[in-house]
Amino acid sequence: MSADDVDHGKRRILTAAATVMGGIGAAYVATPFVLSMDPSARAQAAGAPVDVDISKLQNGQLMTVEWRGKPVWILRRTDEMIKQLEELSSLMRDPGSEELTQQPHYAKNDYRSINPEYMVMIGLCTHLGCAPTYRPDLAPEDLGKGWKGGFFCPCHGSKYDLAGRVYTGVPAPSNLVVPAYRFVTETRLLIGVDPEGVS
Amino acid sequence: MLLILPFNVAASGSGQSLDVAPIDIYDIESLQRGAENYANYCFNCHAISFMRFNRVAEDIGMTEDEVREKLMFTGAKYGDTMRIAMSKEDSEQWFGTIPPDLSVVSRSRGPNWLYTYLRSFYKDEERPWGVNNAIFKDVAMPHVLHELQGLQTAKYAARVGEDGNSHQFINGFELTEKGKLSPQEFDQFVADLVNFISYVGEPAKTTRLTLGKWVLGFLGIFFIITFLLKKEYWKDVH
Amino acid sequence: MIVDKLHTGREWIDQRFPLTKFWHDHMSKYYAPKNFNFWYYFGSLALLMLAVQIVSGIFLTMNYKPAAGTAFESVEYIMRDVNWGWLIRYIHSTGASFFFVVVYLHMFRALIYGSYRRPRELLWLFGMVIFGLLMAEAFMGYLLPWGQMSFWGAQVIISLFGAIPYIGDDLALWIRGDFVVADATLNRFFSFHVIAFPLLLIGIVLFHVISLHSVGSSNPDGIEIKDKKNEKGIPLDGIPFHPYYTVKDIVGVAGFLFLFAAVIFYAPEMGGWFLEKDNFVPANPLKTPEHIAPLWYFTPFYAILRAVPDKFLGVMAMGASIAVLFLLPWLDRSPVKSIRYKGPIFKTAIALFVISFLGLGYLGTVAATPVATMFSRLFSIIYFAFFLLMPYYSKHDKTKQPPERVNYK
Repeated sequence: MSADDVDHGKRRILTAAATVMGGIGAAYVATPFVLSMDPSARAQAAGAPVDVDISKLQNGQLMTVEWRGKPVWILRRTDEMIKQLEELSSLMRDPGSEELTQQPHYAKNDYRSINPEYMVMIGLCTHLGCAPTYRPDLAPEDLGKGWKGGFFCPCHGSKYDLAGRVYTGVPAPSNLVVPAYRFVTETRLLIGVDPEGVS
Repeated sequence: MLLILPFNVAASGSGQSLDVAPIDIYDIESLQRGAENYANYCFNCHAISFMRFNRVAEDIGMTEDEVREKLMFTGAKYGDTMRIAMSKEDSEQWFGTIPPDLSVVSRSRGPNWLYTYLRSFYKDEERPWGVNNAIFKDVAMPHVLHELQGLQTAKYAARVGEDGNSHQFINGFELTEKGKLSPQEFDQFVADLVNFISYVGEPAKTTRLTLGKWVLGFLGIFFIITFLLKKEYWKDVH
Repeated sequence: MIVDKLHTGREWIDQRFPLTKFWHDHMSKYYAPKNFNFWYYFGSLALLMLAVQIVSGIFLTMNYKPAAGTAFESVEYIMRDVNWGWLIRYIHSTGASFFFVVVYLHMFRALIYGSYRRPRELLWLFGMVIFGLLMAEAFMGYLLPWGQMSFWGAQVIISLFGAIPYIGDDLALWIRGDFVVADATLNRFFSFHVIAFPLLLIGIVLFHVISLHSVGSSNPDGIEIKDKKNEKGIPLDGIPFHPYYTVKDIVGVAGFLFLFAAVIFYAPEMGGWFLEKDNFVPANPLKTPEHIAPLWYFTPFYAILRAVPDKFLGVMAMGASIAVLFLLPWLDRSPVKSIRYKGPIFKTAIALFVISFLGLGYLGTVAATPVATMFSRLFSIIYFAFFLLMPYYSKHDKTKQPPERVNYK
């Protein structure tokens, strides 16, 4: 075998072509395997938006529904509760909801909801995931005279107001998460989808 | 009214021959009609619990509203699997057996069997529902499509079996009681239904067939390139 | 610059791990005979199939549920709800059949070229162990979809163990973990199929390749290339595995994948041979299907089992039909290795063997009628005669002188 007769150029091209095709082929083969790990139709069905009838929700009452395995709170705030939100702003870590991951843009306002009367949020503490308790009572013994109603997490003592905003000086770093939701009618919510016409 | 003898394809378990099911999985209208037929006549007893409503809609070109109106009767959600309301206990009591889930029946029985089966019910006074079936002897299922097909009586002939004796077998039907559909219309109804059940058996089938062309095309080219590469390097070997 | 860094990287590894040495010993300086033909593709293809089954199996295991109540529906869940699940399933089910096609052709190569002859007896023995493990792996895998064929096939085969005198019933009970094939059986077969046997397979395949590389490959002429080396110690008829056989085996892979893909996309059921119709019916312990047959790759041995009128002796015959293969290196007394230089007796014998093996394969799929049983018995006799008479006919056959150097054009 004479070294001069070897067509190195041709070998390089063919090797390159075979390698490139092989690489493309490998990527195409890998794709279905990787995609198979995405949520299946069953997972998506289970995580589908949840229809909630709020017609029977009383003033000041909290109801809980499940969505994607998590508790979602729907609170019908009284006028008193709504008014007090402004007064408490100075005690909050993120009063203006600047941390954008915690709520959709249509809930970035003073009451963190589409409609001030109804508060929708995920009932899990942003510290380590415990479910806080609903404390609408005013000035109870354990929470002090300044307590105007809110949520108290028994695990490590984090406190939130009735718009899910987190107090300063507690372990939890962020406001309670507000999920995507919309009003289908005045008395029906759909948790898990943004309002129509909204991205 | 005489029915023409079916074109012999293969023998079913009971020795009867099977007709060819005239189905085309690419015929979207047929699949949509078949889905409705299924919902109206089969879905009360036979679940297809490996299918989801939203998948059926997507695959056979129905909108969510159409699916809700034509296929969803039990208060299920759009993403749910297609189950039935009847409990297992009730079905055992009413039919003596549990009507099987039909999700993969087209893969275990085959479309030809299903097409022939649904058109082979005939009058038999000795059975609880008054009917028997030429290719599924003493089946527990009533003739659900009775109002559409009408009622047939079986015609018999004799044949010598392997044991040397003469045996009676069914070699045709006579439509003694007319139904809402003509025989041709009924055959079309059943064909649509069997088409839908075949789709249900393997929803990914059309995707598979389409994708196959590309995969084979790619591998064909890859084979040629690697072959040229091999030939080039093997010039060294004497 | 980057190339320099790669070289330094390689040196760093080489000081701590025999990477380059491994590459030389098994690839770029491993000399294989230059006259490999079509029959020599199937070793690398078998390795490919092992990888394919393991990878597709891993992804199936992500969604499959190994419990009697949920197994069947979990397979249909994979076929419908899991993104691309249908493709992964078909790769695995088609892959099982293709694995056996490749392995049978690989073994046939050994048969015709005498690849099992000294000094490659251990290579052959490891290969036979792999074959046995593979059959067990396939058998256990087939129970997992929990269809009618899965259930009843397992029921029948496990009860064969019950045929062993004295210990049989207890043994079958122990294997099943219950009085009939049940949830306990399914769960343990899952464990074996997913972990135990794949690990064993990988281990023995490693030993198989190591024992091959220790001695060097044989070739279609059956002569030892290491007998004629040049002044550098390189076999005159040898070529480095890399690049010549890497580049050649890739062609084999491409062609093979074409056939593999054709079946996956256009005929995954293969008319009921790869995915049986009865297995689309959930397992029913109270109702046996009309026609129980094992998958096609077991049917030759199943036919031998049924050919013997006694239950226990049938099991023995079936076992013997596989055990006799282990003895092959010592049964073949021919002065030459390859069929190319063997005489008419061997050529007739192997032709009869192939006909019998294929015949038995077919007969294993049909009902045991008197005619079928007669042919099964005839073919079984020929099958065993091929091996048991070999010490005699291989010595008396008229052989030709093999060449000094390999035939290569």
